[in-house]
Amino acid sequence: MNQPGVVVDESRPIFVQIAELIEIDIISGGLPEETQVPSTNEFAAFHRINPATAGKGVNLLVDEGILYKKRGIGMFVATGARDRLIGQRRQRFENDYVGPLVAEADKLGITRAQLAEMIRREEGSAE
Amino acid sequence: MSAVVEVKDLSKNYRTVTAVDEVSFTVEENTIYGLLGRNGAGKTTLMQLLTGQEFASSGEIRVFGESPVENAGVLERTSFIKESQKYPDDFQPKHVFASAPWFFPEWDAEFAERLIADFRVPLKRRIKKLSRGQLSSIGVIVGLASRAPLTFFDEPYLGLDAVARQIFYDRLLEDYAEHPRTVILSTHLIDEVSNLLEHVLVIDEGRIIVDQAAEELRGSATTIVGTRAGVDSFVAGREVLHRDHIGGLASVTVGRLDPLERQEAAELGLELSPVSLQQLIVQKTNVPAKEFEVKS
Repeated sequence: MNQPGVVVDESRPIFVQIAELIEIDIISGGLPEETQVPSTNEFAAFHRINPATAGKGVNLLVDEGILYKKRGIGMFVATGARDRLIGQRRQRFENDYVGPLVAEADKLGITRAQLAEMIRREEGSAE
Repeated sequence: MSAVVEVKDLSKNYRTVTAVDEVSFTVEENTIYGLLGRNGAGKTTLMQLLTGQEFASSGEIRVFGESPVENAGVLERTSFIKESQKYPDDFQPKHVFASAPWFFPEWDAEFAERLIADFRVPLKRRIKKLSRGQLSSIGVIVGLASRAPLTFFDEPYLGLDAVARQIFYDRLLEDYAEHPRTVILSTHLIDEVSNLLEHVLVIDEGRIIVDQAAEELRGSATTIVGTRAGVDSFVAGREVLHRDHIGGLASVTVGRLDPLERQEAAELGLELSPVSLQQLIVQKTNVPAKEFEVKS
């Protein structure tokens, strides 16, 4: 039973999910580089989670150099953070998406050529 | 971080029952704890011991480094909101809020006023005439506005509707963020509070059976569902927390799975689902595995 405002997957630590939400926001441009990110307490209130947990998520990104702290002001998105995050995601893309896609295609008897054709058609619709 | 509460080998025996059975634990400063367990598990007794309302049969209790019994210095820093708070017969809610500052040096009257509006507490009605939910609201308001460095909420919301409970959670988080303090929350509504908690204590039959960070508990169990043969072979050699069978299907809960194991389960066609804190505690404090058919 989730409360409204909470995006929580029960199987994983909440602080990891908070860090991922911030990452997604940085990648999508919602949080541009050198802008201030919401405070730990704002994250806690919005997601209805313990502030210490929210702080742990933010600190995870500080440790990775994605966010940095301006003393007395708050947390900011580091320059170059977006490119680094996109780079990380590209590295994981093959494992996370292409692998399962090909496995499912094989199960259904879809050939690689047919799969490529489907991807091309998707591309067409996107352009 | 320093310990606010230190308990060592604490027991409380009544004539025929042992309500608290040689428990030891510490409570860290500025942390929200969940004290969870079934009815009669010993939660209330434990809180009464920590607030000097009951005498220990044996063992040691240190609250802010001192014994809480008859200790004004400790008790004025402690707020204990219980389910069945009694008030003098002629009292109205306004009398409760007017007298609270005598007991709690950190009392914030402005905050109390905001809460009174939030919970829509009628100030000038006899307390005897209030509904169960309104009575609970008074307790919650006193607990929050007292800002005691150590605050206990023992099933604070009997009769509170879903809206009022949500207000309680939101105000607790907001105020805790601005005025950090130690909160020990005892409740049956585990799913509702699980994300608020930083640390979880589970008591069962007078013993502490879980004393762990909430984030560590999260994901510490997984339920595997699939054909009985498939599930049984996958879980062979693992510690099983819970097991259910119906026909050819099995549902088995085991400990944490690493990504490789999750992948292996997926390849075997098994479904994995996370176990919520509430389910985990139900399983840990429940009678052992029930089976819908005789094990073959």
